[in-house]
Amino acid sequence: MPESATLVGYDEAVSRYEPLIGLETHVELGTTTKLFCGCPATFGGEPNTHVCPVCLGLPGSLPVPSRAAIEYTIRIGLALNCSIAEWCRFARKNYFYPDMPKNFQISQYDEPLCTDGWLDVVLDESEAGADGSPRTFRVGIERVHLEEDTGKSQHMGGATGRIHGADYSLVDYNRAGIPLVEIVTKPVEGTGPLAPKVAHAYVTELRDLLRSLGVSDVRMEEGSLRCDVNTSLSPRESGRWGTRTETKNVNSLRSVERAVEYEIERQAAVLDAGARVIQETRHFHEDSGITTPGRSKEEAQDYRYFPEPDLVPLAPPRDWVEQIRATLPELPAVRRARLQEAWGITAAEMTNIRNAGALDLVEQTIAAGASPADARKWWLNELARRAKDTGAELASLPITPAGVAAVAALVGSGALNDRLARQVIEGVLAGEGTPDQVVAARGLAVVSDDTALAAAVDEAIAAHPDVADKIRGGKVAAAAALVGAVMKATRGQADASRVRELILARLSES
Amino acid sequence: MAELTRMSAAEIAAAVRGGEVSAAEVTDAHLARIEQVDPQVRAFLHVAADQAREAARAVDQRRAAGAPLGPLAGVPLALKDVFTIKDMPTTCGSAILDGWLPPYDATITRRLREAGVVILGKTNMDEFAMGSSTENSAFGPSHNPWDLSRVPGGSSGRSSAAVAAYQAPLGLGTDTGGSIRQPGAVCGVVGVKPTYGGNSRYGVVAFASSLDTPGPLARTVLDAALLHEVMSGHDPCDATSIDAPVPPVVAAARQADVNGMTIGVVPEFAGEGFQPGVLTKFNEAVELLESLGAKVTEVSCPHFSYALPAYYLIAPSECSSNLARFDAMRYGLRAGDDGTRSAEEVMALTRAQGFGAEVKRRIMLGTYALSSGYYDAYYGKAQQVRTLIIKDFEAAFDRVDVLVSPTTPTTAFPLGERVDDPMAMYLADLCTIPSDLAGNAALSVPCGLSPDDGLPVGLQVMAPVLADDRMYRVGAAVEAALDGARGYPLLNDAKGLA
Repeated sequence: MPESATLVGYDEAVSRYEPLIGLETHVELGTTTKLFCGCPATFGGEPNTHVCPVCLGLPGSLPVPSRAAIEYTIRIGLALNCSIAEWCRFARKNYFYPDMPKNFQISQYDEPLCTDGWLDVVLDESEAGADGSPRTFRVGIERVHLEEDTGKSQHMGGATGRIHGADYSLVDYNRAGIPLVEIVTKPVEGTGPLAPKVAHAYVTELRDLLRSLGVSDVRMEEGSLRCDVNTSLSPRESGRWGTRTETKNVNSLRSVERAVEYEIERQAAVLDAGARVIQETRHFHEDSGITTPGRSKEEAQDYRYFPEPDLVPLAPPRDWVEQIRATLPELPAVRRARLQEAWGITAAEMTNIRNAGALDLVEQTIAAGASPADARKWWLNELARRAKDTGAELASLPITPAGVAAVAALVGSGALNDRLARQVIEGVLAGEGTPDQVVAARGLAVVSDDTALAAAVDEAIAAHPDVADKIRGGKVAAAAALVGAVMKATRGQADASRVRELILARLSES
Repeated sequence: MAELTRMSAAEIAAAVRGGEVSAAEVTDAHLARIEQVDPQVRAFLHVAADQAREAARAVDQRRAAGAPLGPLAGVPLALKDVFTIKDMPTTCGSAILDGWLPPYDATITRRLREAGVVILGKTNMDEFAMGSSTENSAFGPSHNPWDLSRVPGGSSGRSSAAVAAYQAPLGLGTDTGGSIRQPGAVCGVVGVKPTYGGNSRYGVVAFASSLDTPGPLARTVLDAALLHEVMSGHDPCDATSIDAPVPPVVAAARQADVNGMTIGVVPEFAGEGFQPGVLTKFNEAVELLESLGAKVTEVSCPHFSYALPAYYLIAPSECSSNLARFDAMRYGLRAGDDGTRSAEEVMALTRAQGFGAEVKRRIMLGTYALSSGYYDAYYGKAQQVRTLIIKDFEAAFDRVDVLVSPTTPTTAFPLGERVDDPMAMYLADLCTIPSDLAGNAALSVPCGLSPDDGLPVGLQVMAPVLADDRMYRVGAAVEAALDGARGYPLLNDAKGLA
C-alpha cells in the first residue's frame, strides 16, 4: 500500500491557504454507434467484437463523424450555458500507446465545440446559510469538446494488475472510438474551505444534468463518467495562484471530495515546509483516500496537436443549434425548485431526496396517487434501508412507484398499519406479486373488529395483573405494555391506537 | 485485331462488349506480357493471376447472360500497392506492412470490381508514396521502359511503367505531390490528379491526408477519362469526399477541342533548373494550342515558388501522424518481441527496422514541424502559404480556363543519381505540388520527346476545382494533334524494351 505523505489538518490548512480547484470530466455518450464508425457504442461485450477497420485504425480507413454525437455535445453545451462554435475543427493528439489504434486520438484542441458557460451548484444542507437557504456556487465552464475514447489494456500476471511487473498485456478495442465528451471548468475561485464540497456538488449536479439530457448513463463505477481534479493552494491574501496537481482515478462522488481534501492537506504540508508543489499528475486511491504521484508534467509528452486532415471543419448550422435548444428538457435545478414548491418541502428535504437518488421515484409515486409525505417516507426510510442492506440502488429495487403508492393507499384507508405495510413491501420485493396480491396471499389486514380484539385485551389484562393495577391507579402510560402484548397476540394486525382505547375503557369499567 | 496488349482500354472494352474478344483472352495476354517484361521493368510486386482470371470470367459470363457491361468491363488494370483489396497483400512498398492482408476493399477498389475492371495485381511504389523515383521502395526500384537505366518517376512509377510497358492499359495511382503526373510524364503516359475530394480516399493508405488524391494512369487521355468516371463520385465513408456530380470528363476527352479556350502560361515555371529540351517541347505545345484556336496568355502565380517548402512541411507533418499506427501491435512487422521487451521497445525496434530512410526522414521532419513551440513557425506558416497558393489559382482562373506548365523540370533521371540528394529529388515535383496544395485538378499529357535526350516530356494542364473536364479537353486536343502529325502513338518510340 502506498504511504501517506505528511499532512496538515484540514481546518488549519484552509485557515492559512486559499484552495483553487478545477475539474475535467469525461462522459461517455450514450449514442447508438461509435463516434467515427457504425460499430455499437455499448459497454462491454466479448473483447474485440465491436470493432471495424475504422475504430481499429487499420491502414486506409477513415473517420466519418456521427451526427448524433455532435448533437449530444451541443445539447450538453447548451445546458451548460455555453456558446456553440459556428466553426470548429477536430484535432489530432499524437502519442504512442498500445490501446490507441492509430497512435493518435481524434480530439479537439484550440477550437472546441462549446465554450464559456456555467453551472450553478447547490451545497448540501450542512452548508446552509444563516437563514437556512442552501448555498449555491456558480462554476464557470471553460469548454466542452468531443473526442474518441481509447481501447482498454489489461495487464496479465504480476501482482498489481498494472503494467509494471505484468507478464503480458491484452488490449480490447471495443471501447476505442466511443464518443467521449470532455467538460472542463474554469478555475473555481473563492470557495475557501468549501472547495471539496463544491467539487462534490459540481460533479453531482453535472451528473444529474447529463442524465436529464439523456446523453449518457453517467455511471461512475462503469467509467462512463470519469473525473480529474486539479487542486492548488496559495497563501491567503497572496493574490496569486499556486502550482496545481491533477488527480486522476477519482471514481465516485465521495472520492471527488476526499481527493480535494487530501490534496489540500498534503500541499499545505509541502508549502509549510518551504518546498514547492510539483506540477504533476497524481493517482487517487479509493481504499486509503490518499494520492500518489503519477507521471510528472515536466516530462510530459508533446502531443503535437494539429487539425485533423481526414475531417472537414465542423460548422453546426444555427437553426440546428436552436432546434436542439428548443428540445432541451427541464433542467434538474429548475425541476427541483418546481417540485420543492409543489410538494411543500424544505430545501434540506429536497437535498435528502436527491442524495438518496429518489427524486424520480418520489415524483412518480406522487403521480401514482401518494401524498408527498408518504412518498418521501417510504422511499427514504423503509426502501432506502432495504436498498442499503442489499447494496442495490434504490431505483433497481423490484418495486414500482405505483406499488409504493398502492401500499401508501392501503395504510391511508386503514386497511394496513405501518407494520403490516412493511410486510407487504417485503413480499413485493421477494417477488410475491403486487401489494394487493401480497395482502391477500399473506392474509394481512388490520383487525378492526372490537369484539375480536376484546378477548385479546381481556387475556392481556389477566396475564399482567400488576400492570393493570398500575393503570387503574392512574399510570396510564403503563398501557403501552398491554398494547404490546395485544399486538403480539394478534400478530401485528390490530390497530394499536384502537387497542389502547379498548384497554383503557375495559380497565375503567371495573 | 491488333495485338491485345497494344489496344487502348476503350478499344478493349468495345471489343469485349462486341464479343470480338473475351475478357479472359485479354487478361491472359496481359499476364503473359507481365511475365515477359516484368523481370526488366519490375513494376509488379504481386501478380494476382487467379483472381484476375476469375474477374475476367465473371465479365464474360455477364456478357453471355446478356447483362449490360460497363464502359471498362474486362479491361485490365495495375493497382498501386497503396489501395487495400481483400484478397491481395497491401504493403505500400514498406517492410513494415510485409504480409498484411487487408480485411476490406478500398471504395475505389470495390467500384473497379463492380465495374468489371480486371485487377492484375499490385504495383510496387516508393515506400508509403514518398519519393520521385521508386528507389525508396523496400522491394527495390523499377525501371523506365524508355531507358531501363532511368527512373520511372515516383511514387506511382510502377503503375506508370506498367502502363508504358503494355503490361496493363490502365494504372491506378495516388498523387500527393505529383506522384501520378510526374511518373506519367517521364514514362510518356497520361497521368491525372483529379480534384481533391472527387475520389474517395477510403482504403487508400494515407501518406498526407489533405493531399493524397487517387487518379488514373493510361496511355490515352480518353482511357484516363473512362477510368476517372468509373472510380469517381461521392463516398460517405470519406468525410473529405465532395458530394457533387462527377465532371463530364469522358465527353470532354471526346470533344478534344480547345477552340475559344483561354490558356494561361505560368512564367514561374521556366528558367533555372529546367532542362532546355523540356522547355523546347513545352513551348512547342503552347504554340500548338494557339494554332488549335486557344487564346494563350501569361499568368503570374507569385506564390508558387513557395509551394515546395510549404509542401515539405505539410506532407511530412501529416505523414508523421498517419504513420504512427505502424507499431507492431495489430498487424505487419513485429521486431524484437522476445518476451523480455516492453511494448514501447518493440514499437521502437519495429519502426527502426521496418521503415526506410526517406520515410524516417519525413517522420522526423514532420514530428519536428508539429512540436510545441515550432508549430506556428512551420506547420502554421506552411498552411498560410497554402492559402496564398489557392488565392493565386483563384485569381488565375478568373482570367483563364486552364493553366499550363511543364509537368517536370527534367526528363527521367538516371537511377541512383538523386538517391543521396533529397533536395534534387524533391525538385522533380516543383511544378506539380501547387495543385496538390490547392486541391484543384491537373493532368500530364505527353508532348513529345526532349531533343537533348530523346526522353518523353509531359505537358501539365491545371484546371479549377471540379472543372476536371477542362483539362481533358486540352489534353485530348494536344494528344490528337501530336499523334496525328507523328502518324503513330508516342510510346512506339520507347526503345528500352525489346
